[in-house]
Amino acid sequence: MRLGSGTFAACCVVIQVLGVALFLRGFFPAPIRSSSRTEHQAEPPAPEPSAGDRSNWTKLPPPLFRKVVIMLIDGLRDDFVFGSKGVKFMPYTTYLVEKGASHSFVAEAKLPTVTMPRIKALMTGSLPGFIDVVRNLNSPALVEDNVITQAKAAGKRIIFYGDETWVKLFPKHFVEYDGTTSFFVSDYTEVDDNVTRHLDKVLKRGDWDVLILHYLGLDHIGHVSGPNSPLIGHKLREMDSVLMKIHTSLLSEERETLVPNLLVLCGDHGMSEAGGHGASSMEELNTALILISSAFERKPGDIRRPKHVQQTDLAATLAIGLGLPIPGNSVGSLLFPTVEGRPVREQLRFLHLNAVQLSKLLQENVPSYTKEPGFEQFKMSERLHGNWIRLYLEENNSEVLFNLGAKVRRQYLEALRTLSLSLSRQVAQYDIYSMLVGTVMVLEVLVLLLLSIPQALSNKAELEVPLWSPVFSLLFYLVFLVLSALHVIVCTSAESSCYFCGLSWLTAGGVMALISALLCAVVSALAKVFADGKHLRKNPAHPKARWSELDVLILLGTLGHVLSLGASSFVEEEHQTWYFLVNTLCLALCHELYKNCFLRDDGEPQPCSHVEQGLVSSEPALWDRNIHCNVSEPHRVSKSPTSLDTLRGYEKWMVLASPWVILTCCRLLRSLNQTGVQWAHRPDLGHWLTSSDHKAELSVLAALSLLVIFVLVQRRCSLTSKVAMALGLLGVYCYRAAIGNVLFPWQRDSKDISKGVIEARFVHVFVLGILFTGTKDLLKSQVIAADFTIKTVGLWEIYSGLVLLAALLFRPHNLPVLVLSLLIQTLMTKFIWKPLRHDAAEITIMHYWFCQAFFYFQGNSNNIATVDVSAGFVGLDTYMEVPAAFLTAFATFAGPVLWASHLVSFLSSETRSGSALSHACFCYALTCSFPVSAYIILVTSLRHHLFIWSVFSPKLLYEGMHVLITAAICVFFTAMDQTNTKS
Amino acid sequence: MKDTDIKRLLYTHLLCIFSIILSIFIPSFFLENFSILETHLTWLCICSVFVTAVNLVLYLVVKPNASSKRSSLSYKVARFLKCCIYFLMSCFFFHVIFVLYGAIIFETLQLREIPPVIYIFVFYRVTSIWENSLQITTISSFIGTWLGAFPIPLDWERPWQVWPISCTLGATFGYVAGLVISPLWIYWNRKQLTYKNN
Ligand SMILES: [Zn+2]
Ligand SMILES: [Zn+2]
Repeated sequence: MRLGSGTFAACCVVIQVLGVALFLRGFFPAPIRSSSRTEHQAEPPAPEPSAGDRSNWTKLPPPLFRKVVIMLIDGLRDDFVFGSKGVKFMPYTTYLVEKGASHSFVAEAKLPTVTMPRIKALMTGSLPGFIDVVRNLNSPALVEDNVITQAKAAGKRIIFYGDETWVKLFPKHFVEYDGTTSFFVSDYTEVDDNVTRHLDKVLKRGDWDVLILHYLGLDHIGHVSGPNSPLIGHKLREMDSVLMKIHTSLLSEERETLVPNLLVLCGDHGMSEAGGHGASSMEELNTALILISSAFERKPGDIRRPKHVQQTDLAATLAIGLGLPIPGNSVGSLLFPTVEGRPVREQLRFLHLNAVQLSKLLQENVPSYTKEPGFEQFKMSERLHGNWIRLYLEENNSEVLFNLGAKVRRQYLEALRTLSLSLSRQVAQYDIYSMLVGTVMVLEVLVLLLLSIPQALSNKAELEVPLWSPVFSLLFYLVFLVLSALHVIVCTSAESSCYFCGLSWLTAGGVMALISALLCAVVSALAKVFADGKHLRKNPAHPKARWSELDVLILLGTLGHVLSLGASSFVEEEHQTWYFLVNTLCLALCHELYKNCFLRDDGEPQPCSHVEQGLVSSEPALWDRNIHCNVSEPHRVSKSPTSLDTLRGYEKWMVLASPWVILTCCRLLRSLNQTGVQWAHRPDLGHWLTSSDHKAELSVLAALSLLVIFVLVQRRCSLTSKVAMALGLLGVYCYRAAIGNVLFPWQRDSKDISKGVIEARFVHVFVLGILFTGTKDLLKSQVIAADFTIKTVGLWEIYSGLVLLAALLFRPHNLPVLVLSLLIQTLMTKFIWKPLRHDAAEITIMHYWFCQAFFYFQGNSNNIATVDVSAGFVGLDTYMEVPAAFLTAFATFAGPVLWASHLVSFLSSETRSGSALSHACFCYALTCSFPVSAYIILVTSLRHHLFIWSVFSPKLLYEGMHVLITAAICVFFTAMDQTNTKS
Repeated sequence: MKDTDIKRLLYTHLLCIFSIILSIFIPSFFLENFSILETHLTWLCICSVFVTAVNLVLYLVVKPNASSKRSSLSYKVARFLKCCIYFLMSCFFFHVIFVLYGAIIFETLQLREIPPVIYIFVFYRVTSIWENSLQITTISSFIGTWLGAFPIPLDWERPWQVWPISCTLGATFGYVAGLVISPLWIYWNRKQLTYKNN
């Protein structure tokens, strides 16, 4: 079957997406749960150990506190309470911490530092898997054993106000609740007022046992304006007053009932210096945790640094405090200071319960648990505990009893610490089989792409895909049978759950057939390459293809980038790699331009073939990584004498200056957003612009940027879209003014901040309108099949529609990124690619490099925290999953998408040979799939690396998303290519 | 003729390499706390001074092109001025490139571009194979600088990973490599190379 190379590449990338999806499913398995989950509730609590069996305390100890209030402030970093900000803005809390009856800790959150997994960790005490980040937006109900469910089962009445996530996690658990949605990140007053307004009423009533409040405002402020914004201070003061209100009310109630209550102030995760969260910087991991109760001892003037504990420790502590069994999956250990005031026997009983639960979890998850030091310590302390009980029941000498008790306690605490540590270290198990199947698919596709380079980049841009013949060959059936047999063996023998085995037999069979068909295709392609090679060696009359410096640079750069992905710091600082490569590319282009301009005068006489520099000879498409290819193609040298001669005066100067202008632009952009890890804290222009003092500058910059965007984009559109574009850009400014990011000149202060839904929808309408006009033109060109210009206009209109959407979604300080990207595209097109007559393959790869560089110029990084979630809610009234996901994805990948669509428009507007688009599509697919495949292998081999969760996994998710987008782009390419060949 | 030239080239290059090695060891006898990494700038200056001196001496001794016309004083002065201008221009040029690659302008004010530039200055006046070897050494020291920028983002926390050091070290290594490579390269390709002067 003959296929165009574009179509072929698109098919390949689509298959690759399947492979990557399968790999990701295997790499991020659902977290393993304690197997005895269902019986756990019915199971009686562990009895008190004793040397003889005289102890009769087998029931759970009674609750320590009558009422528990959990006040969770989203994004409450430790220094907001214990640092200088806390002293300044939270006086009451500081008083409680320093002089009141309280215990304060720095609770360390685990990755991912995103709200839902953190809530789960707080309530179950377990470590949720990384994939919970992705499921964060639509949280399913929590089925794991947790404190809330236990409390409900014990007949406690629970009231909840705050983030809706809780209501989704614990449906039907609360006797009363009011969920607020966390999706309007720009709103930070209403979300909290919605919580506080219930407070007075609830505190007066006595008909509840647990009250949970989740305040979102602080986190939203962090997302919008960072941790150093003045708004943070206001919010902290507000939170302080809320805490005071709750505490006084609890105290006054205690005076009547004489039973202590517990007030817990905690954060779910911290906040990075940029204001986001999701990664593993100290600021994101460390949260404040304060337990306040009159049962605790007052400690006047005790200003020690708070102790570091794990966030998961809270679940066990809460369970003990409420007199509930500890959740089965909890890996935390009891915060001992909370029970310090109790009698020694009770203390030991609590510690024993906790240790029994942890050792049980260890037994279920670690086969060789008897060798674990924690387990040995536990057995030892249990024995000592038994001795102590015997002494106690015999009413022995109190001094001996006390000393032995202290010893047992120390032993228990040590055992708990070791157990908890070794459990936390249990890495989630990988689903190796699914990963393997996915990797095989991805690799086969890559090899197929690599082997078909010579054919795909030939002038015809067509290649023979041996797809049908292998289906009937013996090899195919053999491989298929072997694979199926392997599948059956693996799936019947595997103990752990495996996603790929869970699929239906038909689907699995289909995947197996696909893999074997691909294998056959690879084999036949390989055979063909060998045959060709032999053929070539027989008649080596053809001139060897020469590589220009640019080709070498492109090849080395691509390889170097792929190799650099193996080091965690290069992954963290990937933007540096791309900036470096793009700079070098510009210098190389500069070199080439100057050589063409100046050195040709005294050089040897040029080959005369440049007279017919028409369609065919300018399309050699030489870029490739194999030696055995494109031998029969026209020589590169024949295209070098270029239209530089025809340029004169100002244009020539522009040509000479353009690389330097582009380099300057890149330098400016890179100082706009600092990303990465090592240098992310450096001050940058973006921070300067977004700080509240420079609103006027930001407004001027935004207005100017929008104007330049209009000037740069409107040239190639029809009149209707020009008008639509102008109105749309105006709407963008109105939207930003409405949500309070920028100012109108007549507007002095921004009092009335709305969500800007109307303005944003206004722009959305224009975006859709422009896209619609473009599509209409494209369809028309397909039907009429005569007018080439209509198609070009249509493509440019789609491109400008995307630009308008990006302008709407980008934060105002990022608008220069858009402007400079348009500027660089224009300069490159006019003064570099056209005069130098690069072929489609080279242009594609240059585009790809700029794609990547702009991804980071936007402020993205290989880290979940930099995803701008607020972009997903532009113009939406309520949370709608599909549009929100689409908008967020577009805003994140705007740079790559815009450059790719520019590539399509540019290549098809140049009246080149018909194969240009197919070549471009093929090269684009190849350059994208190469790093992905390499990265998958790297990640598989590095899966026990220390930074696998913090550095490599987020990058893997980004790569997966990137492949998906590449597939969409390639399909678009192919569609354009089809219309091309038709007309 | 040519072979002797190549031989002389090789010897001068070996002397240059020797001078670089000397510049690493000699100052430690005179200066307190001298080390390449901590007092990097001092080392850089000393290294450049050594290389320049050796080159000047060699120039006077070897006299690659001693034609009578060129030995007039005014010609020499003009030549020298030209060299200075080229030197300043290349300083500026490299400075711009370093800034574009992301160095903070502040830091760049130090004289870190010296090593790659000094060679241009020193070697500029020679023609023939000397010029050819100049090209190779310049290019290789430039590539060395380029490669030297790679380890900067790694978090190995090594002292040589700080911004200018790895680049200048890369440049020096590139220069040494160029010194070794260029005579060999010229030797292998001596058939193809023709110079107008010779
Ligand atoms: Zn949160
Ligand atoms: Zn958040």
